Amino acid sequence: MSVARRATGWSASLAVALAGVVVLSAGIGPVAVPAGTAFKAVLEAVAVPTLAGGEFAWRHPFEFSLRESHRAIVMRIRLPRILLGALVGFALGAAGTVMQGFFRNPMADPSIIGVSSGAAVGAVASIVAPAAVPFGLGLEPAAFAGALLTAFGVYAIATENGRTPVATLLLAGVAVQTFLGAVTSFLLLQSGESMRRVVYWLMGHLDNAGWADFVPVAGVPLLPLFVLGCFLVLLAYARDLNVMLLGEEEAAGLGIEVERTKRLLLAVSAVVTGAGVAVSGVIGFVGLIVPHVMRLVVGPDHRILLPTAALAGSAFLVAADTAARSAPQELPVGIVTAAVGAPFFLFLLRKRRVHEL
Amino acid sequence: MTGDPTETAVPTPTDDPVLSIDDLSVTLGETDVLDGVSLEVERGELVGLVGPNGAGKTTLLRTARGTLSPDSGQVRVAGDPVADLPARAVGRRVATVPQDTSLSFAFSVREIVAMGRTPHVPRFSAMDEADHAAVERAMERTEVTEFAERPVPAVSGGERSRVLLARALAQDTPLLLLDEPTASLDPNHRLRTFETVAELAGEGRAAIAAIHDLDTAARYCDRIVVVADGGIVADGPPESVLTGSTVGHAFDVDAVVTPDPVTERPRVTALPDVEPADDAPEIPPVDRVHVVAGGGRAGPLLTRLDRAGLEATVGPLSAGDSDAAVADALGMSTLEVGALDGVDDATLDRLRTLVERADAVVVADVDLTAGLAPVLSAVADSGTPAYCIEERPTNERTVAEAAAAAYRRLRVGEAGVAASTPELLDVLA
Repeated sequence: MSVARRATGWSASLAVALAGVVVLSAGIGPVAVPAGTAFKAVLEAVAVPTLAGGEFAWRHPFEFSLRESHRAIVMRIRLPRILLGALVGFALGAAGTVMQGFFRNPMADPSIIGVSSGAAVGAVASIVAPAAVPFGLGLEPAAFAGALLTAFGVYAIATENGRTPVATLLLAGVAVQTFLGAVTSFLLLQSGESMRRVVYWLMGHLDNAGWADFVPVAGVPLLPLFVLGCFLVLLAYARDLNVMLLGEEEAAGLGIEVERTKRLLLAVSAVVTGAGVAVSGVIGFVGLIVPHVMRLVVGPDHRILLPTAALAGSAFLVAADTAARSAPQELPVGIVTAAVGAPFFLFLLRKRRVHEL
Repeated sequence: MTGDPTETAVPTPTDDPVLSIDDLSVTLGETDVLDGVSLEVERGELVGLVGPNGAGKTTLLRTARGTLSPDSGQVRVAGDPVADLPARAVGRRVATVPQDTSLSFAFSVREIVAMGRTPHVPRFSAMDEADHAAVERAMERTEVTEFAERPVPAVSGGERSRVLLARALAQDTPLLLLDEPTASLDPNHRLRTFETVAELAGEGRAAIAAIHDLDTAARYCDRIVVVADGGIVADGPPESVLTGSTVGHAFDVDAVVTPDPVTERPRVTALPDVEPADDAPEIPPVDRVHVVAGGGRAGPLLTRLDRAGLEATVGPLSAGDSDAAVADALGMSTLEVGALDGVDDATLDRLRTLVERADAVVVADVDLTAGLAPVLSAVADSGTPAYCIEERPTNERTVAEAAAAAYRRLRVGEAGVAASTPELLDVLA
């Protein structure tokens, strides 16, 4: 079967699974919404952009008669959170896949070049000492800026004469992460009354999510478009990633502009991870284990692996967040992904050969 | 040149050599790996690149495909400087069969071979019929079709080498570089591999194979290039290149080259080294020697003297003599004469000076030609102790009477006679 058909088939199946998880999650919560109602409410939220009479507008093709309280709970409270989780999971799954292929290292994850640590410093600084954050940036912009600055810094440190050896990048990333960890810990000590908020952010969370988190500008949600755009760029380089698994020298021999491709993959992964982390805090393990699990299922070909890992990351994070908010005391989702993900990963490690790419 | 180089799949046949290397020097770290190498390879040639470990074969191949940038000199592939071509264009002109590759991820054999089409497939489209056909053809030629669906980690080392060859064939390039392509193959597949490569050359492509095993090189290649000490020391058909002296000083072994009874190609047998290299004598009382060399007889001798820490001067030597190349490579000062000039008085004067300054003179087992007579006489007259190496008995050499007389004076005088270089080094120590 051709690669395109396999990629489409797997992606379609996972998209259906994701939709199922979204609907199930929309029904779960302190107020139980029957599955059928949740399904209809989610359908109602489906919006199609139209240009009726030259004017941009969203059209909602579905309309059902639902109890207003159910509609409000799904639309205003649960769905923003669910879709934000889906988006972040998508970004982490895609970036994790690319980083593992890029570094040819099964330990790689989206924050390997310090993106998460940089975001943490930015976010924590904006909570603890908002006055010290330049340009008066808010929490999310500060986190995003921290992520990008760190990624760029690590890249610059590891680059010499226009070449960026992967091993140097990896080590520079580890060192910078350690350093920024110290900065974050120091800020944490100074945090006083805001400590709870800081810790909560650091653990990764999706609570209080609203439609505003999607960065709507003139009715267009920019964050999903941005993530989707990054994903499409990465997907366009899926074949190059396959070839780069052979090693950089061979990839160059097969016509890949290695350094340019590395720069691009690194930049796009860092940006998409940074965007995800900025809105959700540090959610560990999604970007590490989801690509491994999907590699076991669909094989190493990035043309199939990349979209499936992104969709699976989406579904996994939505499910984990549903569990997090269903717990007797609401938990940060990062605790759930790590608590569920790590044992599952160890199980795979013993049963199958996940330690190879 | 017309058109965009990136769009030329296989450059249209021109008079340009497929590969043209001009005065190439490459430094890796502090080491000069290649120094002033020039090489041209035409369509239809299968060139065997031989030389000892660390001679620069792999570096030459890596520079030829633009992986390494030379410190000076230029590499042209099918007419265009490889440094100016985008990676895609290089990928359409040069394919490489690497020495060893860890293929530890679960791509199937067919997927790995299909990666050879990478430079031909545009970013936003999939492989077309022609691409798939090229992949199937490459797999058939290398006999990997039968295990095409197997994951690469599950195939044997020998099968993997063929998969890598298939990938290079799928790349469909005018130039094929092979780095020890058959090291892990059984004799049958080694034969098949080289037959395939020879066929490709017959179809108008060019192939350069770094080959460690001299017999393999002699057997399959029509042209042998010997790389040693950062340069090309010999280049030509196996019969003329693989001689005892060339092989001897390139590899620093004593070697005998005989025609293979079946293939009639040269067969190289390395003689066991009597004395291991690490075991060189301690600093000898003799510090400075002058060596009478010539005819490519003194390569191993000069190398050993150098290794033993002796300062040596050499000559007189004609400029084209391979002994001169060795002496040069070792940084020894050489008394050179024009190839046809013979030894004139001025040269003899300079020789006397060198001999007087030396603690001893070593006469390699050179042919005792008439031109050598005044040289040997000058040595005999100087009173500096002389040592003759007689690996070959004199009756097996070319002997001119005048030179023989001078040689006898040397031998009878204060001379020692050594049957081999190690024996000489013992005497000097």
